[in-house]
Amino acid sequence: MFELLGIPPQALFGQLLLGLINGSFYALLSLGLAVIFGLLNIINFSHGAQYMMGAFVAWMLLTYTGINYWWALLIVPLVVGASGVVIERLMISRLYHLDHLYGLLLTFGLALIIQGLFRNQYGVSGLPYSIPAELSGGTNLGFMFLPNYRGWVIVASVVVCFATWFAIEKTRLGAYLRAATENPTLVGAFGINVPRMITLTYGFGVALAALAGVLAAPIYSVNPNMGADLIIVVFAVVVIGGMGSILGAILTGFGLGIVEGLTRVFYPEGSAVVIFVIMAIVLLVKPAGLFGRTQ
Amino acid sequence: MSEALAMTDAITDSLLAVRDLNGWYDESHVLHGINFDVRPGEVVTLLGRNGAGKTTTLRAIMGILGKRQGSVRFEGRELIGLDPRHIAKAGIAFCPEERGIFSSLSVDENLMLPPQVKPGGLTREAVLEMFPNLRERLGSQGTKLSGGEQQMLAIARILRTGAKFLLLDEPTEGLAPVIVQQIGRTLSQLKSRGFTIVLVEQNFRFAASVADRHYVVEQGRVIDTIPNEDLAANMNKLHAYLGV
Repeated sequence: MFELLGIPPQALFGQLLLGLINGSFYALLSLGLAVIFGLLNIINFSHGAQYMMGAFVAWMLLTYTGINYWWALLIVPLVVGASGVVIERLMISRLYHLDHLYGLLLTFGLALIIQGLFRNQYGVSGLPYSIPAELSGGTNLGFMFLPNYRGWVIVASVVVCFATWFAIEKTRLGAYLRAATENPTLVGAFGINVPRMITLTYGFGVALAALAGVLAAPIYSVNPNMGADLIIVVFAVVVIGGMGSILGAILTGFGLGIVEGLTRVFYPEGSAVVIFVIMAIVLLVKPAGLFGRTQ
Repeated sequence: MSEALAMTDAITDSLLAVRDLNGWYDESHVLHGINFDVRPGEVVTLLGRNGAGKTTTLRAIMGILGKRQGSVRFEGRELIGLDPRHIAKAGIAFCPEERGIFSSLSVDENLMLPPQVKPGGLTREAVLEMFPNLRERLGSQGTKLSGGEQQMLAIARILRTGAKFLLLDEPTEGLAPVIVQQIGRTLSQLKSRGFTIVLVEQNFRFAASVADRHYVVEQGRVIDTIPNEDLAANMNKLHAYLGV
């Protein structure tokens, strides 16, 4: 077998795979944040908690009702997304006339409450969620062994990200969304129901987080803190990609996952901070982010 | 004001009747009782100096002003209290001064953005025939168009919706004379197709070339009404009003 800079290929590909897995979650989560930020102009600090809720609702469906993983992929985003719709209608929508900071504080507070409730009920030791039978085992790719479930997560994430990008950038509904992001007053004056669009957009962003939670459940243990740990990195990803840029969120998510994986191979000590170092550099050189538009 | 009121009261068949319209931007009171009427098929202008309240009047009719009071009746139906979405659905379309072309949308997407609110709008094909320049640029980013093309796009896209009552805010602002002429021809075409138009203008020669009647706005009030055929006789008065 060949070696690259003294690194055995198994280690390299292993970390690349791990990087792609992490990148899949970064991409899904930062995509949801970007969609929400674009239209609502708030940074959704509950995003990590909503991702955690996704994993928990999947676990509850399986444990209490026997509803399996595949149904959970469909049901959980709808249920958690609906909770997002309620939150937007009842609370966030009252803050649009105030500074964006209030939306941030509200969603941050909600995140703490949601996490506290789950911690209280389920503790922090984590609950197991087994890989669905159809995706157990792995495939030998010749140069490495690929666990089937992880392959599935990458494919599912790429498909969902692409579908979201397509819906926003290439469809009529997406044109409404982009236009309302730029000038909601004028879009409303054309007869389009902008408040409903805002509500559904928030629900959709939350549903994306919940979907990521379902995908994560069999990989990481289902834990009330799983979102809080991840979301800090995801915010860094969003800053690097540029707030509000759909394609930027997706590409940066996958790209930084891979960068993180490679760092773990070549300079393991740096892997925990590499994303934040990149964030600092990007902020210095291109404050609007790699794909962001200065407004 | 009472004189203007008396004059407008004489019009009984109006499509749009604005009475004692007051409007505010945040705390500042900008409109102090606007009165005017528009009959079906007319082109009416609001003339006046910068800051007189012309744009604010259009925004108040459209419902996108912070606070408004008074009465705006369209086809007999009161619009005060309705939100902009329902005012649009009543059949009023708005073309803002800044044109409002969306940079994240292509020309085609900008053109197709406003939803149909009523049957009987121009077809996409008819709109493109009216504005042939746009046809070649359909794939471009909306804001990559020239100023004149953006203005045409801003007018073009509201013709598809079925709304027959157009509020146009300074469509000639900053455009070359040849483009202004083109827009003038467009407005004449629209008038002959049965559109009713309220036009805010600074370019008074342009206004004279297209309008049936002029309302002079000053300090948030309509202070005079001049039918277009009496314009020549009222030139001195108008120059005094507009300070030109």
